[in-house]
Amino acid sequence: MGKAKRIEKIKCIRCPLGCTLKIKISEDGIEIEGNRCPRGVEFAMQELKDPMRILTTSVKVVGGKLPLVSVKTSGTVPRSKIHDLMGHIKKIKIRAPIKIGDVIEKNILGLGVDLVATRDCDER
Amino acid sequence: MLVVGAGAAGMAAAKGASEKGAHVLLVDNEEWIGGILQQCIHNGFGVHRYKKELTGPEFAAELKSEIPSDVEVKTGTFAHEIVPNEKRAILVSREGIEEVSYESLVYATGARERTFQSLMVPGTRPAGIYTAGQAQRLINIEGYLPGKRALVLGSGDVGLIMARRMYLEGMEVVGVVERLPYPGGLRRNVKQCLEDFDIPLYLSHTVIRVEGYPRLEKVIVAKVDGNFRPIPGTEREFHVDTLVVSVGLIPVKKLVADFVKVRSGVLVSSSGQTSVDSIFAAGNVTTIFDLVDYVAKEGEKAGRSAALLAKGEFRGERLPIRKGKGVKILHPEWYDPSVPLSVYLRVEKPMEKALIRVGKYEIEAEDLTPAEMVNVDVEPPCESEVSVSVTEV
Repeated sequence: MGKAKRIEKIKCIRCPLGCTLKIKISEDGIEIEGNRCPRGVEFAMQELKDPMRILTTSVKVVGGKLPLVSVKTSGTVPRSKIHDLMGHIKKIKIRAPIKIGDVIEKNILGLGVDLVATRDCDER
Repeated sequence: MLVVGAGAAGMAAAKGASEKGAHVLLVDNEEWIGGILQQCIHNGFGVHRYKKELTGPEFAAELKSEIPSDVEVKTGTFAHEIVPNEKRAILVSREGIEEVSYESLVYATGARERTFQSLMVPGTRPAGIYTAGQAQRLINIEGYLPGKRALVLGSGDVGLIMARRMYLEGMEVVGVVERLPYPGGLRRNVKQCLEDFDIPLYLSHTVIRVEGYPRLEKVIVAKVDGNFRPIPGTEREFHVDTLVVSVGLIPVKKLVADFVKVRSGVLVSSSGQTSVDSIFAAGNVTTIFDLVDYVAKEGEKAGRSAALLAKGEFRGERLPIRKGKGVKILHPEWYDPSVPLSVYLRVEKPMEKALIRVGKYEIEAEDLTPAEMVNVDVEPPCESEVSVSVTEV
């Protein structure tokens, strides 16, 4: 076992348990401790490479009972793209009715994930 | 059976009760069911109950789909009074005043937010000061931004989530102020809401004064000592037009507080029964839970117990649970040997490694903080009194 060059502590955000992950980076590779499930290892590796997040926000609704409908990305997106995504989503307007799970925009900004509604919105 | 409140606890109670054969009336004063979940558009809900990560509205929709169709739902309906001796309730809606009688009742009215006014902070009383839930409703449901430049007081989960939400919607968020030496919310939220966007967290700090009129202009913040007293000379000014406060939740127990035993919330046994046999309670009106998954679990249990009581098949025992060393908050108040015991606790101080004792059971735990509720499920302990303690090892 080579000497640990660097030890980082991060909080796993894959679920509300919030495990403290100890990432030991040495000449032999990367070792992860403190995870209570395999998703912790996955999360830590991704966090080192390129942090990924699910984005949740809302889009404007035209002709709906509510002025907005809540949305999320169908999968994770690079954290570094969140600003671009927010700028893009701000311009979207969608006509009611909307059903939970409806795809609002496919392959948003070419990131390979869709923007989907997370709530129903009936017509006014 | 009557269920008051159609948030997570009430919806789950309606489901549990209906499945045990009760005829259920579920009422809520909002125009929709789902309670506060509908404005919590962020994800992280349902990891325990549905084994997947959902947003608040999605969790509400899942739970709603579990409610059998014979449950009668009335929205826009406010429970005005409960008369426990006669087992009847007075409901008010646009259609008028209505009296209903019940065999058993589940009280699931949730919690409200502690307000800035209750903190007695000196200064003007300007516009621009919101509770986190108010700001959340404005942004996520109504489509308005509360202001341009914001400071958040209190690092509970809603405060952290609103810091991120305001930031993403284009507001400037200058920081989150917390009087405790550790964050009040889940650690994952400190990471993904603040650290991800370089929003500073000021621990051991509090707001000592607000200035500006009619709109908020300035918030003065100071470091506090171990007794939360501001330390002179540590003041710092934030020029903001918005202050969002997330300083705790208070169970809404008013309707039953005159006749059931209460402390900060409505006291219940592990089956959800209050000190009055025919009245059950669940969710944030009993104690403030971290996870909606726990709320739904307790709601479902209370609903089942209440349905069995209505059929005359529920005995209902209340054996004491004693709060031992290291435990700051303990729930429930009593245990009922007829159901498995689910204990919820908050520790007094952060502990790296700890031993949790629930009666004869010993459970090892790691990385405990008061901000994070611990849930321990055990078989009924079969003892006349159960003691719960946490020791650091």
